[in-house]
Amino acid sequence: MKIWVPGDAAAKACGADDVVAAIASAAGLRGREVTIIRNGTRGMVWLEPLVEIEIDGLRHGFGPMTPEDVPALFEDGPHPKALGPVEDIPFFARQSRLTFARCGRNDPLSLADYEAAEGWLGLRRALEIGASATIEEITASGLRGRGGAGFPTGIKWKTVADANAAQKYIVCNADEGDSGSFADRMLMEGDPFCLIEGMAIAALAVGATKGFVYIRSEYPDAIRVFETAIASARDAGIIGPALLGQGPRFDLEVRVGAGAYICGEETSLLNSLEGKRGMVRAKPPLPALEGAFGKPTVMNNVLSLAAVPWIMAHGGAAYAAFGLGRSRGTIPIQIAGNVAHGGLFETGFGLTLGELVNDIGGGTASGRPFKAVQVGGPLGAYHGAEDFDLPICYEAFAEQGGLVGHAGFVVHDETADMLALARYAMEFCAIESCGKCTPCRIGAVRGMETLDRIAAGDAQAIALLQDLCEIMEKGSLCAMGGFTPYPVRSAIRLFPNEFTPLREAAE
Amino acid sequence: MEIIDRLAEILAVHRGREGALLPILHDVQAAFGHVPEASYQPIADALRLSRAEVAGVVSFYHDFRDAPAGRHVIKVCRAEACQSMGGADLIARLETALGVKLGQTKGDVTLEAVYCLGLCACSPAAQVDGQLVGRASVARLEALVAEVTA
Ligand SMILES: Cc1cc2nc3c(=O)[nH]c(=O)nc-3n(C[C@H](O)[C@H](O)[C@H](O)COP(=O)(O)O)c2cc1C
Ligand code: SF4
Ligand code: FES
Repeated sequence: MKIWVPGDAAAKACGADDVVAAIASAAGLRGREVTIIRNGTRGMVWLEPLVEIEIDGLRHGFGPMTPEDVPALFEDGPHPKALGPVEDIPFFARQSRLTFARCGRNDPLSLADYEAAEGWLGLRRALEIGASATIEEITASGLRGRGGAGFPTGIKWKTVADANAAQKYIVCNADEGDSGSFADRMLMEGDPFCLIEGMAIAALAVGATKGFVYIRSEYPDAIRVFETAIASARDAGIIGPALLGQGPRFDLEVRVGAGAYICGEETSLLNSLEGKRGMVRAKPPLPALEGAFGKPTVMNNVLSLAAVPWIMAHGGAAYAAFGLGRSRGTIPIQIAGNVAHGGLFETGFGLTLGELVNDIGGGTASGRPFKAVQVGGPLGAYHGAEDFDLPICYEAFAEQGGLVGHAGFVVHDETADMLALARYAMEFCAIESCGKCTPCRIGAVRGMETLDRIAAGDAQAIALLQDLCEIMEKGSLCAMGGFTPYPVRSAIRLFPNEFTPLREAAE
Repeated sequence: MEIIDRLAEILAVHRGREGALLPILHDVQAAFGHVPEASYQPIADALRLSRAEVAGVVSFYHDFRDAPAGRHVIKVCRAEACQSMGGADLIARLETALGVKLGQTKGDVTLEAVYCLGLCACSPAAQVDGQLVGRASVARLEALVAEVTA
């Protein structure tokens, strides 16, 4: 009997290891042979730990499982946590899983499983067609950076490919610090070879021989799994002196962050990688031309690079067939916070915000009315139900004064205190500012103080706060100081009453 | 000098590595529980940096401690997704239950804030001595703390 229990950090945080122990002991008691496979997660986090058992050739799901639910798995009759065939669960069935096609199906560290599920197909094709045709394929796919800025990946690669240098680097940005985001983590834990393959293709395309993956220290499981995957890919001769034993040299190394959100910003990350304080650098020079250790560098988010193997295996046009307007392909959405069905939902751009929150997410977890959803992490705007018709794509959110960012969606119910959330946005900026520019470093502290004055009933302070936001937006070098006003101003715009408590009472 | 010997071993492992300072500091902290000031000069010498540069890097990053934490470290997430599921209340009640404020150490136990553990779809989230906890409650965290401190 084959049983899958995810080894993903979220599954473990919800008790997956205890469930594994219970399965082993229940099977032992009954003298049953079981093989337990620690797969990645399917991304249906509200069902974790989500146990799967093969019945008549179909994998059936059971969840969320507790150790007490385990004995019934070995008994006849319906199980109280039975979910039916796991890939028929609507949340799963409605997705277009391209980047996450493999995640959750197999043992993430099995090279044989990877190979059997289209593994290395994209890299083989890249080796066959060569560097410039590979870049053309990526350009044709319309892929844009999934780290937040949405810059076209093909153009970035072309810039690095055209640069003349003896040494070039691929740097994968796995600093994923946004609240509401966990797709990078899930992919690194659930399908690490996919990221290795994406990085190898990027290396081939631009002529880089070395790659770094900068993973935040808050992700110990991802670090461990990814380091193991690198070692086995190297042992198998897939990376190392010759890609797939026939291509150019390419090797990979993990670097661990040290608890600084700002190091997700690409120039700050480069400083950190070089062993310096994570101060943001002014651009130009572009990292593409003067990146890691002063050499031409492709810096891409985990999800951008992990989309590449599918694109190379199936063609840029097939990828571009998904999406809306200038937002092509699929976006791994992370829906989190106070939501009934939280998890990872990969779909073509164009799903509306309302469909996501209500149909996919199933409304709030608390059952109380929905209040607001913050989109794109701590620098993203709050959106109310009036934005439910907004299609999820870069253009529509930008027009609405917001951003899609890394596609983390954090839902809040009616109990959310918008003034407290606005203050938190300023506080977070004050804690994480690299300190290079005054509007960000000092402005964020002033922002907290001003919000405290508003909370204390000083109605005049609201105009002050608006001015301060304006100064931060216009005078900051990077999006940390520049976008922190987004959540603040959107909260005020959506819920003005919460920012003028005394005036309300007086009227 | 035990620190100096252990430090020499760490520095030897990273000799010649590009941008070795962060990996070195992580190893130093793993070995000593913090980054002792006595290590700044030897690290600076090995990497041909000034002592001030090393000190500047140590102080920039939240992870690096200038003094050891308690034997047990409890981290609770303060970020937005966890707030939406009662994270602030969880922290307040945990402070009362454990008798220690966020950012402080009492006896063996250090209570700290963390800004997202990537468990935002099973929030609120926490970490007790490295063990991740999703859908965290005061009762569950108290039980875990009792377990590790027993
Ligand atoms: C404050 C700040 C934090 C950021 N954090 C991340 C991050 O955690 N991961 C990421 O990939 N990009 C992050 N970015 C965006 C990067 O600067 C950069 O645009 C991205 O890594 C480029 O890769 P892409 O084109 O594949 O998106 C951040 C930007 C800012 C301003
Ligand atoms: S905006 Fe803030 S984080 Fe960005 S460079 Fe300026 S001080 Fe640093
Ligand atoms: S916001 Fe708390 S785990 Fe992500």
